[in-house]
Amino acid sequence: MSDLEQFRQDTRAWLEENCPLSMREPIRGFEDMYNGGRNPEIDHPDQVIWCERMAERGWTVPHWPREYGGGGLSSEEVKVLQQEMKRIGARRALDSFGISMLGPALLEFGNEEQKKEHLPKICRGEIRWCQGYSEPNAGSDLASLATKAEDKGDHYVINGQKVWTSYADKADWIFCLVRTDNSGTKHEGISFVLFDMDQPGVTVKPIRLISGSSPFCETFFDNAIADKRNLVGEEGNGWSIAKYLLTHEREMISGFGSAPPKTVGQMAVETMGADTSGRLSNSVLRQTIAQYQLDTMAFGATMARVGDEAKAGQGLGPASSIFKYYGTELNKRRNELNLAVLGEPALGWEGEAYSDGRVSRDWLRSKGNSIEGGTSEVQLNIVAKRVLGLPDA
Amino acid sequence: MALVLNEEQNMLKDAAAGFLAEKATVAHQRALRDSGDAQGFDSAVWQEMAQMGWAGIAIDEEFGGLGYGYTGLGLVLEQMGRHLSASPLQSTVLIGATVIAQLATQAQKEQWLPSIAAGEQLVSLALQEGAHHAPWDVTLSAQKSGDTYLLNGSKRMVLDCSSASAFIVVARTAGATGDEAGLSAFIVAADTPGLVCEQRSLVDSRNVGVITLTDVAVDAQHLLGSEGEASQGLGRALDIANIGLSAELLGLSVEAFTRTVDYLKERKQFGRVIGSFQGLQHRAAELFAELELCRSLVLQSLQAIDSAADDLPMRASATKAKLCQIAQITTNEAIQMHGGIGMTDEHEIGFFIKRARVAQHTLGDYNYHLDRYALLGGF
Ligand SMILES: Cc1cc2nc3c(=O)[nH]c(=O)nc-3n(C[C@H](O)[C@H](O)[C@H](O)COP(=O)(O)OP(=O)(O)OC[C@H]3O[C@@H](n4cnc5c(N)ncnc54)[C@H](O)[C@@H]3O)c2cc1C
Repeated sequence: MSDLEQFRQDTRAWLEENCPLSMREPIRGFEDMYNGGRNPEIDHPDQVIWCERMAERGWTVPHWPREYGGGGLSSEEVKVLQQEMKRIGARRALDSFGISMLGPALLEFGNEEQKKEHLPKICRGEIRWCQGYSEPNAGSDLASLATKAEDKGDHYVINGQKVWTSYADKADWIFCLVRTDNSGTKHEGISFVLFDMDQPGVTVKPIRLISGSSPFCETFFDNAIADKRNLVGEEGNGWSIAKYLLTHEREMISGFGSAPPKTVGQMAVETMGADTSGRLSNSVLRQTIAQYQLDTMAFGATMARVGDEAKAGQGLGPASSIFKYYGTELNKRRNELNLAVLGEPALGWEGEAYSDGRVSRDWLRSKGNSIEGGTSEVQLNIVAKRVLGLPDA
Repeated sequence: MALVLNEEQNMLKDAAAGFLAEKATVAHQRALRDSGDAQGFDSAVWQEMAQMGWAGIAIDEEFGGLGYGYTGLGLVLEQMGRHLSASPLQSTVLIGATVIAQLATQAQKEQWLPSIAAGEQLVSLALQEGAHHAPWDVTLSAQKSGDTYLLNGSKRMVLDCSSASAFIVVARTAGATGDEAGLSAFIVAADTPGLVCEQRSLVDSRNVGVITLTDVAVDAQHLLGSEGEASQGLGRALDIANIGLSAELLGLSVEAFTRTVDYLKERKQFGRVIGSFQGLQHRAAELFAELELCRSLVLQSLQAIDSAADDLPMRASATKAKLCQIAQITTNEAIQMHGGIGMTDEHEIGFFIKRARVAQHTLGDYNYHLDRYALLGGF
């Protein structure tokens, strides 16, 4: 038996034994994901058990090195693990910005002490992170951020305001872009620092979204303290780290565009009926759905192609620059189609009959996909300039 | 199968690109058009292509081909699209040989495929009768008497009509128009008495026409496969052909796009290059995204032919629909972004939109294939 086959059998047996049955139920939405942290939101006690068991093997982040709390698995082994989890319908044990955003940046730019300090806590779900990038006057034009960090020898004193900070009210630490120097161009003088949110100088005010939930906040810094040991990279060099991290954020968001199990077309036939030839009764909607499914299929093929090209050593081709844009626009189209196909029940906001507005709230939330992590327009600017080489105005 | 080209495929692609850039460019196409050449392609160039093995790329080695599969043929077709090179590669290699490979008996394959692979014979499919592609709407009749069939009816959109040495004529031997069952395919020599070929002039100025058959007697041994059972093999051949046409549309669209982006970097108005205007930048960036999607779909579908994937019908319609959609947008945008010069015959960009619409129409356009894709997807 090959090593990989052995690994598969062992993994299968371990999962069978250790994955609680309740964690083999499909995820219904964001609230079913487990994000960990000092004060974790727990919908089901098994979430904690499942996370602990997986973290013990390093399998909450299976591809990170073992010394930092990951599983040290090869990409083939990670695939096997995913397949075996899928086989029994096991949920991911832990989801967090630490895993999807900060971790990759620390692995690339952090020093040894920082990696040893922060990565294992991410893997175990002990510390939950939030992202302090955007400010009231620095959105798409992120580099014009003004939150100030003053050098006080072994620490910085931070003053200013962030906004749209997702889950700042739930997070324990923040990775934050601050200005350490005002003398150069706007891309210079930005630094990437980490600090604990649990201190008097940090105040957080939740903002309610159109979907009714409050996933993000205004975050105020009034003489907040960041230890200099938690400056990542060199002082003034934060912009390149910020950008590197954004590519990981965009990858995560573009994943929303993948195809769900039942197609919209099949769903539509169930709710609206078909004519004798098998065509959906409403031909206008039918075309919109067909075009959506076609584009989803082509997008899936493109993700696969870019992955295969990277594996074949051809690097990440220019096609990857369209992922964030195309994936999020597809997800918005999908959500609009849910409304059109399901009709009145999809507009429900509260009440059991409407599952408390699951469909409508998801639909509203999807509008943010093409804003967060860099807007669609900004993505198109990037493609036009970096890929097509078109000049600035 | 990984969605990347292997070494052999990359070499083939580079060889095709190099050859066509020299021998079969848009300028050559213009010269052919202006000379009023009825054939619509250059025989000497075609013979060179055949010598390089292109006529037999997708034909099995047992029948004298290279056995590179359709992925190889698709790569060449894509390059033909870039240069708008006219040749019998579509009519004979992509479509004709594929129909034979799908429908014919072993003896018939031995009779026809080696000469096609050698570039000695042009064999073209005669299927469409109405204004649109509708493969089961066949009324051309074949009546059996003894050992011969008598064929009556007419066909249009017959590619390389005036140069073909034989036609694969799809005829009805049973059932009514629109029925999938009851179709038979005959291979009929172009010089058979009663067969008249009339060349037509379409916007892409390639060789295409109408054939009319009046009491054409065809020996039963020229029936491809079994009587009344052509639709399955024909359907599969059409799926393959549509993926091949999509590869051509990909090359054509990418080239029209590349030329347009170059023009955006060169043309100045209001004291700056027009490519600095964000209204144009975003349209270009969106097209770039769509073309990347098209590239993935075409490659995946070509590989699906070679690996005999069972979802080929749905995949073929998806691919052709997507490529029709994007070829149409790209060629329209290409003209618009060139401004007035894009409307002139002197400029080459107009050649792309003309070829695009004919290739889109051939064997079914966006509307046909999106509808079929949805039906096959259960809605
Ligand atoms: C759900 C959600 C979660 C978020 N989470 C976080 C978080 O955790 N941490 C964080 O730091 N930030 C977060 N953000 C903020 C997000 O990154 C910003 O909203 C985004 O970068 C856009 O900035 P803005 O809101 O200031 O919009 P603006 O930049 O003011 O944009 C307004 C409009 O103008 C367009 N526009 C701006 N500049 C250009 C240009 N050059 N060319 C063409 N069009 C342009 C935009 O595309 C947009 O349509 C989140 C946002 C959302 C919606």
